[in-house]
Amino acid sequence: MDLRYSESDEKFRAELRAWLAEHVPKHGSPPPAHDWPARRAWDAGWQRRLFEAGYAGINWPREYGGRDASPSEQLVYYEEIARAGAPYIGVNFVGILHGGPTLVAEGTPEQKAAHLPRILRGEEIWCQGFSEPGAGSDLAALKTRAVRDGDDYVVNGHKIWCSFAHVADVGELLVRTDPNAPKHKGISWLILPMDAAGIEIRPLPTLAGEGEFSEVFLNDVRIPVANRVGAENDGWRITNVTLRFERGTAFASEMVQLQQFLAMLVRVAQRVTRHEARAWDDAGLRREIGHLAAELDAIWAMVKLSVSKASRTGVPGLEGSALKLYYTELYQRIAELGMRLLGRAALAREDVGGLPSRLVLHKALQSLSLTIAAGSSQIQRNIVAERILGLPKER
Amino acid sequence: MDFRVDEDQEALRAGIRSFCEGRVPLDELGRLSGLDRAFWRDLAEMGVFQLRLPEARGGLGLGMSEAVLVFAELGRRLVPGPLVWSHLAAELIPGAAAGEQVIGGLDRMLPGSEPLLIEHLEQLDALLVLRPDGVHRLDPRKLRARAVATPLDPLTPLHEASELPEGERIAGPEAALRLRLTGGALVAAQLFGIAEATQELATAYAKGREQFGRSIGSFQAVKHLLSDMFVRQELARAAAYAAGATLDHPEVGDPARAVSSARVVAGDAALANSRACIQVHGGMGYTWEMPCHYYLKRTWVLASSFGNGEEHCERLAQQVAAGLGP
Repeated sequence: MDLRYSESDEKFRAELRAWLAEHVPKHGSPPPAHDWPARRAWDAGWQRRLFEAGYAGINWPREYGGRDASPSEQLVYYEEIARAGAPYIGVNFVGILHGGPTLVAEGTPEQKAAHLPRILRGEEIWCQGFSEPGAGSDLAALKTRAVRDGDDYVVNGHKIWCSFAHVADVGELLVRTDPNAPKHKGISWLILPMDAAGIEIRPLPTLAGEGEFSEVFLNDVRIPVANRVGAENDGWRITNVTLRFERGTAFASEMVQLQQFLAMLVRVAQRVTRHEARAWDDAGLRREIGHLAAELDAIWAMVKLSVSKASRTGVPGLEGSALKLYYTELYQRIAELGMRLLGRAALAREDVGGLPSRLVLHKALQSLSLTIAAGSSQIQRNIVAERILGLPKER
Repeated sequence: MDFRVDEDQEALRAGIRSFCEGRVPLDELGRLSGLDRAFWRDLAEMGVFQLRLPEARGGLGLGMSEAVLVFAELGRRLVPGPLVWSHLAAELIPGAAAGEQVIGGLDRMLPGSEPLLIEHLEQLDALLVLRPDGVHRLDPRKLRARAVATPLDPLTPLHEASELPEGERIAGPEAALRLRLTGGALVAAQLFGIAEATQELATAYAKGREQFGRSIGSFQAVKHLLSDMFVRQELARAAAYAAGATLDHPEVGDPARAVSSARVVAGDAALANSRACIQVHGGMGYTWEMPCHYYLKRTWVLASSFGNGEEHCERLAQQVAAGLGP
């Protein structure tokens, strides 16, 4: 139960901090939200910088070009990235945080060699093709069909909520390879080349007005059998590996950023006045902020416990569900506090009256996705109840 | 950094857990009466009071990380008595560490209009009072106080004192602050223990209780109550452990902030979980015979010790405003 960073951790921190101080300003400001080619180039360019400096794939094994950092170095990394205001992982999200790690855990040597170095260098962007219109929370009900034809699968189906599909090179694709088996036993996990013939991508604007995700239609798309990760019909097990990475400590840097966001809200509260007094003079508001600070401290301690428990590159534990559940709802409460503090300034999605409306509204709107994506909060509660507490399934 | 409970700590926890389970059976809480001196000496034997005393002074020489683990177990099992005060007194009052003296206390660092309610007064050999100018020792037998006929927590008897004499100042203002901080961390640990115990009780009940021909734990409405209890418990665990680890090594963060955060989060978890525990037990949860109400009542007692949730939230807000990190 020791929270002290070692000398070598502190050395790592000092080096990383110095590197970030030099390279974050060099990388410039992000391109406009709607300019996707520029966003891809900017995010991938940052990934390339990380790679060249030896900071890419912080928890990936060294043999695949990762840093293989110890759990404590990983925490230092998340803290420093957030503190420096470094570019967020952006379009590299799927490849770095769960597509790549899934290949590390389950891929063939050929698959690893073909994809892992390219992901780390920012040359290959991944998207996710898991959900379907009829298979959301009940993911295993997916219907996208793959029929074996020689050395290929011929795939037909309809995927939805595919983040970054329009800029991706590769997708994580779940298909049904045995329609006669029970639903969890007929699924396979394929690597989908996004330039294959028969793929149609239709953007689906989010409620934030952003073109982040798309629907993907697959019409007689031929995917080599060699692109299958794991055995045929063993895809559900692989999927759970992917999902655990997705729900694990993927949010670590954002948690540190949220602490900075809360501190910014305090400065807003000290500036805005209500009923001839500063918002900050309201003891109830201060206690609410203090309460949120306590929760942020506690969830960061929970990340430390979780990272300490995970072996270096092992699959994160089920407690990732508990973390995700609490963190995402806390995020929404903090964003909602921001909306209340802005008052009528929250009616504009750009800074008005010298208040940070753009950032607060971005967080308030974007945070609505957090309790839905990667397994809704209701599904996470089922996971905690059934797989951790051992309660019986409803059916 | 390795935040896991290590092997020695795990052994310490297992030892105290089996001691508590043997000595405080949950189905006999109603039969516990008064504080048994032999039990108190056995608690001392287990190291509850002398845990952090240096080995040269006959203690175990352990730290707050270990104390947090031990007090979480005491909270889990509703162990009665002035545990925190006797633990704090180990360094100040001879006989406290060995359990020969039972020490109680009162926190008067931020006195308000509150009545002077003293826990376990009849059992006390000495009463510590924390005041801004230091730690004062009072003789409990000379105190003018009346017994409260119906204390909230059946296992925490109360007296109301009409006045509080000055007493003898045995340590300065820094010691008073330090004891209050340490006491706060140990209270947070007990609150976490309550959050964990009530989750386990409710989960076990939901698995066994059948309605509509099936276990009520299979219904999502109940399941989601229980998973929220688990999440709150884990958050409280992390915060309580962090408070212990930060007090042991202040270079990793601000101990006062870590203790305030732990108090807030563990206090919420204990309160929400002991309430939910009653809810999951249904009508049985509302009966005296089930242990659920003892947990909620103990939570209310603990939540008013060494600063309440509102005070800690205010402190945290001021820290965020001052730009101080965790």
